[in-house]
Amino acid sequence: MEKDIREDIAWAQINKDVLRSLETPRPLYWVILLVALAMVGVGVGCEIYQYQTGMGVANMNNPHVWGLYIATFIFWIGMSHSGTLLSAILHLMHADWRKPIYRFAEAMTTFSLMTAGLFVMVHLGRLWQFYYSLPYPNERGLWPNFQSPLLWDAMAIFTYLSSSIIFLYVGMIPDLAICRDNMHPGWRKKLYSLLALGWEGTDRQWRNFRVTYLTVACFLIPLAVSVHSIVASDFAMSQQPGWHVTSSPPYFVAGALYSGCAAIISLFIILRYVFKFEEYMTLSILKKTSRLTFAIAMVWTYLNAVEFASVWYSHDEAAKDVLIQKATGTYAPFWWMMIFCGSVVPLMLAFKRFQANIPVLFAVSLLLNLGMWLERWMIVAPTFSHGYYPWAWDHDQWPSLVQWGIVFGSFGWFALLFMVFCKVFPSVSMYEVKEMVYHRSLALKNGETAEEGVH
Amino acid sequence: MSVNNLLENWAQFRHFHPVEDKPHDPYKWAMSIDLDACSGCNACSVACYAENNIPVVGKEKYAHGQAMHWIRIEHYWDEDIGSPGGREFPEQGAQFLPMMCQQCEAAPCETVCPVGATNHTADGLNSQIYNRCIGSRYCSANCPYKVRYFNWYDYPTTDNVWPETMTRQLNPDVTVRSKGVMEKCTFCVQRLNAAMSNARSEGRKVHDGEVQTACQQACPTSAISFGNLVDPESRVAKQWARQQVELAKDKQTKDAEPGGSRLRGYRILEELRPYPSVMYLERVRESAV
Repeated sequence: MEKDIREDIAWAQINKDVLRSLETPRPLYWVILLVALAMVGVGVGCEIYQYQTGMGVANMNNPHVWGLYIATFIFWIGMSHSGTLLSAILHLMHADWRKPIYRFAEAMTTFSLMTAGLFVMVHLGRLWQFYYSLPYPNERGLWPNFQSPLLWDAMAIFTYLSSSIIFLYVGMIPDLAICRDNMHPGWRKKLYSLLALGWEGTDRQWRNFRVTYLTVACFLIPLAVSVHSIVASDFAMSQQPGWHVTSSPPYFVAGALYSGCAAIISLFIILRYVFKFEEYMTLSILKKTSRLTFAIAMVWTYLNAVEFASVWYSHDEAAKDVLIQKATGTYAPFWWMMIFCGSVVPLMLAFKRFQANIPVLFAVSLLLNLGMWLERWMIVAPTFSHGYYPWAWDHDQWPSLVQWGIVFGSFGWFALLFMVFCKVFPSVSMYEVKEMVYHRSLALKNGETAEEGVH
Repeated sequence: MSVNNLLENWAQFRHFHPVEDKPHDPYKWAMSIDLDACSGCNACSVACYAENNIPVVGKEKYAHGQAMHWIRIEHYWDEDIGSPGGREFPEQGAQFLPMMCQQCEAAPCETVCPVGATNHTADGLNSQIYNRCIGSRYCSANCPYKVRYFNWYDYPTTDNVWPETMTRQLNPDVTVRSKGVMEKCTFCVQRLNAAMSNARSEGRKVHDGEVQTACQQACPTSAISFGNLVDPESRVAKQWARQQVELAKDKQTKDAEPGGSRLRGYRILEELRPYPSVMYLERVRESAV
């Protein structure tokens, strides 16, 4: 069995390798950054045009009042889940193979939540009045409507975002101190000194640090479950056919973990190359991640089947019609594509020879996320096209280039934030990797001693 | 806005039945529409555009499904057109249905609005507060009838729907809506409020026929009747009673009769339990238009 990490890496070497990623990435880094910047430009341009002219340019209509924005919003929220899974849940389960990769997974959580938040804004007809949905004190005593799932949504996302920022930051403090101690004077040194909060690595500090980290991790896990359940409530609490499904919340959470894991594989492969992390992000860890993804893919497939079956065998004719529409109507190519990407492609991960094959895994992980994006779109659009009221059926509505442009731009926005983060902050946790190396070498030594005893 | 807010007795506002818990007194505005009388002439729709300052969006936007018709005439065609022994001309099989906001008593749109821009009034209307709307369009997503219309563009200014020469055609009693807000049929709330205010100053109730909605007024065949459902003497209340359609029921007793009821009154999508305030009278006429 291959090792998750070499036991003989010197601690100083770990520091050196990770700190090097802050200064000299491979040239591909700059290419990604430029492409991301260009994509953001496209998105911002489309948004300015839409803001000035009105939501009509997105080619929404009655009944298609929500478009790709809401679908992509769910996609980004979903993406944010595996950061928590990897760092918080696996932390509690003492799965130490998560240690070299959890930092970037957490960063992914934070930045995909920020991207998702943008879509709520982009979607609003009167963006300039968005603060009406916040419970801020005002002289008229007006509150937002606490009955509305959209409000729960706003609160859940805000709580999750702020907690995951805290989690990301707290987990980074010892590493920031390492950066502070090793950097030449300059803006970086100032930044790290400020953020390291005077960390010296004393026993007392470590003890407090462990307790804090564990507490935030425990706090974050229920949040991760609740936030996507609440996004599911946006749909499940409405009475539209195809949305009004009891199994929606767990289905959404499974989908979220799924797309998040797939994204972790994609980013794992990119970071490993760009920042020369081959020693830390090993194929053995990649293999474990792809197995995890496979398991979640099967859960998602199962929940999908549950949903279809419960609609099919129910007496809800309207919901059944929507399901038939999905499989045979205008959206059929996308719907079948979703089934293919979401349930058939992950079967590749069941084969050992693909579990650590980088080109195959990269392609598979992108396809999985394509499938998951389609899933979200197939939740939103078909119900609008084929609702309760036949006169208002509209199977031909197609999102305009403005909508596609903003969706396209959001990927650039995410990539931009993520890449800048990885260049400014250590994207591999130095202190946890050291722990991992230490524990592994200790285990090795114990094994050797035991063996010596036998002879 | 203080701690006292939290300690108030909020239970008094809780409803156990969407209609029976909040008796409408003295008014509950309701409508009934006789589909047998409707000839599909669209006069109601035109009158509504004029009365409520609805922008005419033009051919292209109409084709995109962005029309703003608060009341729309829906065409339905008989299925036997073109089949052997069926009708030859589609026009012969045309049926019409005027559709507008059903002013539901348990409106699906009201609960989902994040800012509470759509509310229920004491006289049973589903009101829309344009100033408060942020344009999340959740109300429209949850409306089973799809009768809510969104301002996809800035019609009053940039789109120039009402050129300089036409500004005097606008009804001064009705707001002109800007881009990004939701709007829908109000049962001509400006007329209702004027009538109620007059009646109040004279110390009486609005009597039947004193106030008409624009669509009702324009209908050449009097297919639309409108009035106060609380007043048992009003035309609307009599029609509802005669058809045995009760506002507070999600399943009418008459429909449970063996073999079905012979009465014509029904409410659209009643089984979803929105308790709509519009009753339709089924068409019985065989001949075309």
